[in-house]
Amino acid sequence: MIDLVNISVGSAGLYAVLGYIVVFLGLVLLMCVLLIMIKIMNKNRPAAAAPAEAAADSAQPAGVPAPGTAGELKLYDTDPRDAAMIMAIVADTLGKPLNELRVISIREVKEDEV
Amino acid sequence: MNILGVLQKLASESGFAAFFLTAGGWKNLVMILISFVLLYLGIIKKFEPLLLCGIAFGCLLSNLSYFIGMSENAMYHPELWTAFLDSASPYYHSYGHIMANAGLLDFFYIGVKAGIYPSLIFMGVGAMTDFGPLLSNPKSLLLGAAAQLGVFVAFFGAVLLGFTGPQAASIGIIGGADGPTAIFLTTKLAPELLGPIAIAAYSYMALIPMIQPPIMRWMTTQKMREVKMVQTREVSKTEKIMFPVVVATFVILLLPSTAPLIGCLMLGNLFRECGVTDRLSDTAQNALMNIVTIFLATSVGATMVAQSFLNWDTIKIIVLGLIAFSISTAGGLLGGIIMYKTSGGAINPLIGSAGVSAVPMAARVSQDVGRKYNKNNYLLMHAMGPNVAGVIGSAIAAGFLLSVFG
Repeated sequence: MIDLVNISVGSAGLYAVLGYIVVFLGLVLLMCVLLIMIKIMNKNRPAAAAPAEAAADSAQPAGVPAPGTAGELKLYDTDPRDAAMIMAIVADTLGKPLNELRVISIREVKEDEV
Repeated sequence: MNILGVLQKLASESGFAAFFLTAGGWKNLVMILISFVLLYLGIIKKFEPLLLCGIAFGCLLSNLSYFIGMSENAMYHPELWTAFLDSASPYYHSYGHIMANAGLLDFFYIGVKAGIYPSLIFMGVGAMTDFGPLLSNPKSLLLGAAAQLGVFVAFFGAVLLGFTGPQAASIGIIGGADGPTAIFLTTKLAPELLGPIAIAAYSYMALIPMIQPPIMRWMTTQKMREVKMVQTREVSKTEKIMFPVVVATFVILLLPSTAPLIGCLMLGNLFRECGVTDRLSDTAQNALMNIVTIFLATSVGATMVAQSFLNWDTIKIIVLGLIAFSISTAGGLLGGIIMYKTSGGAINPLIGSAGVSAVPMAARVSQDVGRKYNKNNYLLMHAMGPNVAGVIGSAIAAGFLLSVFG
């Protein structure tokens, strides 16, 4: 039986390696579980989502997903650099961290639309 | 009426006299100066001010009111907690004894000791965190795992320096860069080290923008740092709702000792994502989080009494904490470099350093360093994946250490 309070250097080394392996394996298994979950949930998604997306597409010009996002932020006639600045200004004005804001889309309003 | 006698009694009971008349009273003066330095760092330098201000003031209150042999007016009584933890004492695990003799900060500390505050903080963190970037690229979890390297290297280093197994485990978890997890594990395994470990964890988290960039530059080439990553897929609302349920179920079944932390983290996230508990999500993110932060910070600060803080162990913990942070950063970057190689250069290894947790500071550092070398590079959302994976990774690491040494 290993004395865990007055642990020897050799045992500590073994526990360190074992611990790292457990964390790694745990997260690898979690990754597999999540991949399976995502696969199951998205199995029927494209067919169901298609009509809604088509309707949305016909109603407005195509938006370009902003680079570096999870695909949520759509940019309409907006440069990614301008979008980053706009989000930073909004966050600063509201006094909220940028990661707490959820920006769905940014669209340039032409002068004749105002 | 003996006026002189009353004045003499008042003088002998005052803290000013206690600095010089009690054993080790001068150490209280040193601790008060340390609390002033911590207040300066929190208020002027803005190092994790929400926590450091409370910790510093808790330290100040505790050292103003507790002196050896003069503890009747103390706000925090270390001897009560020593008896609480001593299996030979008649007051072993007796909250009744604590409550009958407690000062205000002892009452606050019960929430730390029972593991309530760190778990509630995790609920708030869950309610604040968007796990979308992790769901859009679950391989980020590998980077969150790689960045726990420092936890186990520091654990090993602490044993080499003469700490006991439970103490070494508590010191190692500083490398997880997750304050509530460090506090949770330390109160369970080595409560006598809570003050220095909390100070080390939060100070280094605040110093991440200074600690990480040199390691990032040292371990990666210019070509790696310039890699522009393609956008990840869109995550559906249903996936986001299912995520906390699946993660809580899987991780808690795998490592039951993670239940308080992972359970609360995922409950907070479910409040955020399910769409029908906006009020609860708002409370967890703001009111509850703020209230618990006040209690947590002041009671952790109160444990920094001179007799247990001013020793060589504190210096060793501060040094080991820095080593843990640096090696965790290096581990995450190493994972990033491996993914860069295996993906044919599609993944920017800089996002690996964000696997150390410290949400969202570490992800911001990845973004800043990446943009320094490629002005059109937006790594923030890619780095948020490993960043939130690090929160889960450090909770699993804590769960493992608690299972072994608890």
